[in-house]
Amino acid sequence: MTAAATPDGAVPVAPRVHWIGALDPDLRRFDIILRSANGTSYNAYAVRGSQGVAIIDTVKSGFSETFFRRLESIASYDEITTVVLNHLEPDHSGALPELLRRARRATLLVSPQARLMLQGLFDPADLAGRVAFVGSGDHADLGDRQLQFLNTPYLHWPDTQCTWLAAEGILFSADFLGCHYCDSRLFNDAVGDFRFSFDYYYRHIMRPFGSYVRDALDLIEALPLRVVAPAHGPILRRDPHEYVARYRALAARTVYGAATKTLAVFYVSAYGATRRMAEAVVAGAESASTAASEVRISLHDLEGGEAAAFVDLIEEAAALVFGSPTINGDAVKPVWDLLSSLTVVDLKGKLGAAFGSYGWSGEAVPMIEERLRRLKLRVPLPGVRARLAPTGDDFAACHDLGREIALHLLGRPTPRTLDLAQIS
Amino acid sequence: MPKASITFQDIGVTITVPAGTRLIEVSEKVGAGIVYGCREGECCTCLTRIVSGHEHLAAPSVLEQQVLRDNLAPRRHRLACQAQVLGGCLVVQPA
Repeated sequence: MTAAATPDGAVPVAPRVHWIGALDPDLRRFDIILRSANGTSYNAYAVRGSQGVAIIDTVKSGFSETFFRRLESIASYDEITTVVLNHLEPDHSGALPELLRRARRATLLVSPQARLMLQGLFDPADLAGRVAFVGSGDHADLGDRQLQFLNTPYLHWPDTQCTWLAAEGILFSADFLGCHYCDSRLFNDAVGDFRFSFDYYYRHIMRPFGSYVRDALDLIEALPLRVVAPAHGPILRRDPHEYVARYRALAARTVYGAATKTLAVFYVSAYGATRRMAEAVVAGAESASTAASEVRISLHDLEGGEAAAFVDLIEEAAALVFGSPTINGDAVKPVWDLLSSLTVVDLKGKLGAAFGSYGWSGEAVPMIEERLRRLKLRVPLPGVRARLAPTGDDFAACHDLGREIALHLLGRPTPRTLDLAQIS
Repeated sequence: MPKASITFQDIGVTITVPAGTRLIEVSEKVGAGIVYGCREGECCTCLTRIVSGHEHLAAPSVLEQQVLRDNLAPRRHRLACQAQVLGGCLVVQPA
């Protein structure tokens, strides 16, 4: 077992590869959205080759002193030829400007998607002439060993890449396969049980990017991994493939199979009008779905359930329809509670629609439609609003809305021809 | 005023628009799946596949070309927030 990290010492990961990061055991909340019972680590690494040293990632700015002390214990600044930032989030790039000032020979290697972020985060004077953009197929030559790059965007920043040291079978994976868990023993076969933190991190950070996770896994599963070295949490040197397999399971598309598409209708109703509209939407959807297996249709009263369970349901649904009465010019709180809980899932491309009854102004439906659009759903069908007690025409409109949504899911939408002047 | 026709394949809607309209202005109004982030040609969120009629769009600016390259966009893809329709008929899809 490798000794725990000392206050100043670099820790060997493999021959001529060292951990030079920083420990932050007192952190309890990260990026507003994450909690951590065990703090975190900002992992950075040094890779020595016969013709230079590469530094992979840095640390949060408040931890720079520790990072530089560890770096100086195994390399001098004039040996550093390469600095790789696997993504530019400030907790990994905080020490970058000072590192580039000290390591005057070094070139910064980032993915092309980092170009605009560099401009937004750093003084151009610190970077002038020192940046090269790399992607899959590119490599950095350290003499007797090379670093290769894998383009793995949106894990969880647009510019995320992974760096592969084939000579040692080490994947420097950025935040991918990482977690917020601080333990000075560093390695997964030495630290405490961190599985809960690994899953929690996936569910809050990687989950919205499921399709990108699956693409990255396609690349990573083909590698002869001996070590996964993430930017947070334990270094995975024992059975790294098990963690890759865990991500594959967490990112699995659906429990029902891709062939079944789910339409979920959510509603809140004060006097039953919006509920009866919801039932008409469901009836319309059922009329278009010739077999139960084609579209799985479900109806949920938002007042009777927990938002977290609905979030799981929404992640797998292909279409979401929300019904809300208008109260004091707004949709009702259970609807907003759910619609503000969806940043952890990928909504892009799902179909959305809204309906509801109202007394005199009826703002809820357009407000929900606008929210759905900003959440990146498609909202191609105008919502249905019914004043006070819904009429037969109102129920027919709800029926048509449900039917048309189901037809969209079945790949048979009714073609429509419009003129922009008519809808502006 | 010259007109153009845009078909949003993902929602089955064809719409007539004035020449000079940017794709995102129409996509947003009809509720198609071409979504956006910055609307300034930087974030690449609105990447769109031009299924046909590519020649009816104004040529991409230097910035748009750079962003398309940086994000490894395939051929016949444009940023909906930048691409202006000049006329004719286009068919588009979210990337």
